[in-house]
Amino acid sequence: MKRLLPHLGWAALALLGATALAVVALSRGESINALWVVVAAISVYLIGYRYYGLFIAHKVLQVDGTRMTPAWRHNDGLDYVPTNKYVLYGHHFAAIAGAGPLVGPVLAAQMGYLPGMLWILAGVIFAGAVQDFMVLFISTRRDGRSLGDLIKSELGPIPGVVALFGTFMIMVIILAVLALIVVKALTDSPWGTFTVAATIPIAIFMGIYLRFIRPGRIGEISIIGFVLLMAAIVFGGDVAASPTWGPMFNFDGKALTWMLIGYGFVASVLPVWLLLAPRDYLSTFLKIGTIMGLAVGIAFVAPTLKMPALTQFVDGTGPVWAGPLFPFLFITIACGAVSGFHALISSGTTPKLLENETHAPFIGYGGMLMESFVAIMALVAAACVEPGVYFAMNSPAAVLGKTAETAAVAISQWGFVVTPEMLTQVAKDVGENTIISRAGGAPTLAVGMAQILSGAIGGQAMMAFWYHFAILFEALFILTAVDAGTRAGRFMLQDLMGTFVPSMKRTESLLANLLATGLCVSAWGYFLYQGVVDPLGGINTLWPLFGVANQMLAAVALILATVVLVKMKRERYVWVTVVPTVWLLACTLTAGWLKIFSENPKVGFLAHAAKFSNAADRGEVLAPAKSIDQMQRVIFNDYLDAGLCALFIFVLLTVLVYGTRAALRAYRVSHPTAQETAYQPLPASAA
Amino acid sequence: MFRDLARMGQTLRQAARLMVGQPDYDTYVQHMRLTHPEQTPMSYEEFFRERQDARFGAKSNGKCC
Repeated sequence: MKRLLPHLGWAALALLGATALAVVALSRGESINALWVVVAAISVYLIGYRYYGLFIAHKVLQVDGTRMTPAWRHNDGLDYVPTNKYVLYGHHFAAIAGAGPLVGPVLAAQMGYLPGMLWILAGVIFAGAVQDFMVLFISTRRDGRSLGDLIKSELGPIPGVVALFGTFMIMVIILAVLALIVVKALTDSPWGTFTVAATIPIAIFMGIYLRFIRPGRIGEISIIGFVLLMAAIVFGGDVAASPTWGPMFNFDGKALTWMLIGYGFVASVLPVWLLLAPRDYLSTFLKIGTIMGLAVGIAFVAPTLKMPALTQFVDGTGPVWAGPLFPFLFITIACGAVSGFHALISSGTTPKLLENETHAPFIGYGGMLMESFVAIMALVAAACVEPGVYFAMNSPAAVLGKTAETAAVAISQWGFVVTPEMLTQVAKDVGENTIISRAGGAPTLAVGMAQILSGAIGGQAMMAFWYHFAILFEALFILTAVDAGTRAGRFMLQDLMGTFVPSMKRTESLLANLLATGLCVSAWGYFLYQGVVDPLGGINTLWPLFGVANQMLAAVALILATVVLVKMKRERYVWVTVVPTVWLLACTLTAGWLKIFSENPKVGFLAHAAKFSNAADRGEVLAPAKSIDQMQRVIFNDYLDAGLCALFIFVLLTVLVYGTRAALRAYRVSHPTAQETAYQPLPASAA
Repeated sequence: MFRDLARMGQTLRQAARLMVGQPDYDTYVQHMRLTHPEQTPMSYEEFFRERQDARFGAKSNGKCC
């Protein structure tokens, strides 16, 4: 009885969670309150952490509280510092949270909120959190080495190089997709463009202040920066309304694309203290603050979900993105459920700061649960938007036409109630000219967040402020990711090219710097431009590529974790990583295959290319192309995208083959072969 | 209770600073005093710049999507 007692509270929690899930899943026809979704999610997280996360920690990995961590072994007060577990949790969460968990669930809402919600919850418990935690553990036991290094040492040098190259290509696609989201949100939006542009002088001012006026005072300058940002949002409304200033900040997609490309180049070449670092302070604090604010807002307003639990688009005919529920839902929602990119963070700074191995489940597994909760909130925000408005914002112009009238007609035919007046009213409420075809997730999320936050503070009158606040919040940290990513991509590229031309490796050489930065910017800029001119909105093409790539990286990280488990001779628990690996392999390989070979031109790149080349042979010109020349370019891009997909599949299969070989070899020997740093006890001062 | 609140504030402050790549300066100085008494620790300004460069330097691997 005594042993059962502590579990009683958990049983009660399980009951609460099950009730909430039942309400969410079984209510048909009537709309439900968002709080049920939140309660169900939190119950699942707590139970998942207590019974699965800690099971992995104590039984599978057997974390050892007496073992020295890299933070103690290499303690230098800088890179390696034993850090309080709550402080490190904050650091880790801020590093993994980004635009991914906010955008994916919004796009997935076209199938209704239920499929997305179930995948976010199941995915995080059995795949995403497992991956983050295990990579953190593996890296901690190996002196905090990076994912590429770990693959090299545990699987072999060839899969190591292949994985490194794959990571660079994934980075390129991520940067293109993130930049595309910003372009889509700012097109023809002088208010949004002004506020986002204002962040550049604000950040430069902060940079100079921190460097020369009061060096290193992050707190006070961040508050000053925040006040200036809020002023920029308020003032942006007047700028947009002004007949002289408004048009100066009104740009089409192509113009914004060129500005972003130029900006990305300049920002990543400038000294970091001037623009990149201060922008990073603003975006990090704003991100954490807004996430907390949104959580409080949802709890306080308790909005009703207006999107149905399931829509007819589960069959794959949806306008937001094409393809059936399996496999495409599971690559559309990447970051909130499982994200390969987190493996880079979990093998980056976090393991070098870990005070004790027993903190790893809280930080690795728990950090990912929080990320998943962000995804749930994004899903809630999107599902609070009227479905008619949701589809008007996210469907491509090719389907909706250009005006509120044509859009309302098209959407009504799908069975969602919407009138042209509703669409113009929403646009007016949020202070925009139009909301039609603002694909990319960010604007939809902004409308949802504006509804929730204005319900808490300010009411209808503050809608426009909150909308542009949400746009700024997303654009700010996306731009930080674009600068920092371009810089990181440049270093990766210099490293890769240095293998062939040694002088390229010199990161302090200006010529090598400009060349590598230029190459990196043109790589993502090319995909960005291609996405912007795509009449299907670009998100249609680029988001699945990103999703496939990101989930494949997760599969690579889980393959590594599987090999390490076998090498540790913990074969009886190998299902913990094998099950999510197999699932991710199934999703990503099917999705990759369909993206290349599907006969549906909306899904398959080759079918799309064939459609265009057949038309070109007949002398016809299909939109978006305006000439045969442009037709050729569309066809070329299709082949390029198909090639990229094939490359990702090749990377994954290479790692799979080498991983299987390494696992089998380790299985045949009777002693552990994992290449851990030898055991040393924690120093006495740590106790 | 006030001591607890002060400690919580301290933790939050450290967490916020580490989020943007700035570890605790006092911890660094203490570490230098204890283990490398022969070296002069960096001043706060030097420490701040060193960490800022390190966060976006060649060895960092960027942030997530």
